[in-house]
Amino acid sequence: MISESEIWETLQNVKDPEIPLISVVDMGIITGVNVSEDNFVNIKMTPTFAGCPAVNYMKEDIIDKVSLLPVSGVEVEVSYDVQWNTNMITDKGREMLKESKFALPQKHNGLIQIEMLENVECPFCRSKDTALKSSFGPTQCRAIHYCNNCLQSFEQFKPV
Amino acid sequence: MNYSDAQISAIKDLIFRMADDQLILGHRNSEWTGLGPILEEDIAFSSMAQDKLGHAQALYQILHRMGEADPDSLAFGRKEDKMRCCHFVEYPIGEYSFSLMRHFLFDESESLRFDMLGNSSFEDLSNTARKFRGELKYHTMHAETWIKQLSNGNDESRIRMQNALNICYPLALGLFEPCESDEMLIESGVFPGEKALQEKWSGKINMILSKTDLKIPDVNDIKIGYGGRKGIHTEYLKPLLDEMTEVYNIDPHAEW
Repeated sequence: MISESEIWETLQNVKDPEIPLISVVDMGIITGVNVSEDNFVNIKMTPTFAGCPAVNYMKEDIIDKVSLLPVSGVEVEVSYDVQWNTNMITDKGREMLKESKFALPQKHNGLIQIEMLENVECPFCRSKDTALKSSFGPTQCRAIHYCNNCLQSFEQFKPV
Repeated sequence: MNYSDAQISAIKDLIFRMADDQLILGHRNSEWTGLGPILEEDIAFSSMAQDKLGHAQALYQILHRMGEADPDSLAFGRKEDKMRCCHFVEYPIGEYSFSLMRHFLFDESESLRFDMLGNSSFEDLSNTARKFRGELKYHTMHAETWIKQLSNGNDESRIRMQNALNICYPLALGLFEPCESDEMLIESGVFPGEKALQEKWSGKINMILSKTDLKIPDVNDIKIGYGGRKGIHTEYLKPLLDEMTEVYNIDPHAEW
C-alpha cells in the first residue's frame, strides 16, 4: 500500500502554472491527503481565489502524476471547507516566491489593512521607498508596486 | 443541521439571487477590459470581474450540490424570467463614474452580506462566504479610495460623482428587495434578512460619504429598482443574456 508521505512527495512535482517554481503543497492549497485500505487516494484542495482559472489545470495535473504511482485510483476534491489565505504558504514557498521576484505577502492575523500595502520591500533592490500602484494585477493574487529607488515596477503576491 | 423542504427552497432562492447578481455584474465589469480610463482601472475592473465570476461559480456549485443543474447550465441555460438578479446590476456600464459608483454601492453590500453569511447555519454557504471575504476587502478598499478622491476632487469630478450617485442610489436599494423567503431564512439562522443587511449597508455608505461633499438623494418608492428578485427585469438584461449565451445556445457541449 502506498503511504500518504509518498503522495505528498509526488505533489511537490505539481507546480502552480502561473509561478512554476512553487508547488501546490508549498502554496498551501492541499488541505488533506487520505489513502484508503484499497489504495484509493483522496486529495483535498482549496483554491487561492474563487475565480482562479488554474484550479482545473492543477487538479488534472495532480490526477496525472498521482495515477503513475501504484494506486487503485485518485480523486481531487475542491472545496472551501478550509479557506486558503496567504499565511498558509510554506517557508519554502515564500523562498520560491522571492526567487520568482515577487514581493512577499505580509503575515497577518486575518485583517488586511491598506497600510499593509504601503512601502512593501522591492524584490530587486530591497528598498522600502516604494509605492502601491494598484491592488489589482495581471492575476487575481498580485498587486502592482513601483520602486522609487531602482525605478522598477514589481509585483507583490498580495496578502489575503 | 436539518432543514425542511420549505427552508431548502428558501436557501436556494437566496443563493440564486446572490449568484445571478455576481454573474451579471461580473459580466458588466468585464466590459471595461481594454476600455478603462487608465491602465490600472482597466486591470482593476477586469480582475474584480474575474472574482465575481468566481463567486458566481462557487455559488452555483452549492446549488448543484443541493440537486440543481451543473453551474454552466445554471449560468447559461436559464431564460430571463428565471433569473433573480436585481435591476442595478443589469444596467449597461455607462460612464466610468456610473460604473465606479455601482461598484462602490454593490461591493459594500456584498462585503457585508458575506460577513453575515460567514455565520450562517448552512455550512456550505458559511464556508464559501468566509472564502470570499478576503477577496472582497480589496474591492471595497479600491472603491473607497476612488470615491473619496473623485468626490473631493474638482467641480467636474464631484458633479459627475453626484450625478452617478443620484442614478445609482435608488437602483442600489433594489439589492435589498423584500423576498418571501426572508422570514424563513431568518428563523433557520441561514441569513439575517435583506432588511437587516440594508440597515448595515446604509450605515456604512453614510459613514463613507460623510467624508465627501456628496449628498444621498431622496428616494421615493416609485424609483426603487425592485422586481428583479421576482424575475421581472429591465430591458437591458435580455440583450446581455443573448450575448453571454450565444455560443452555449449554438452548442451547449462546446469545449473551449
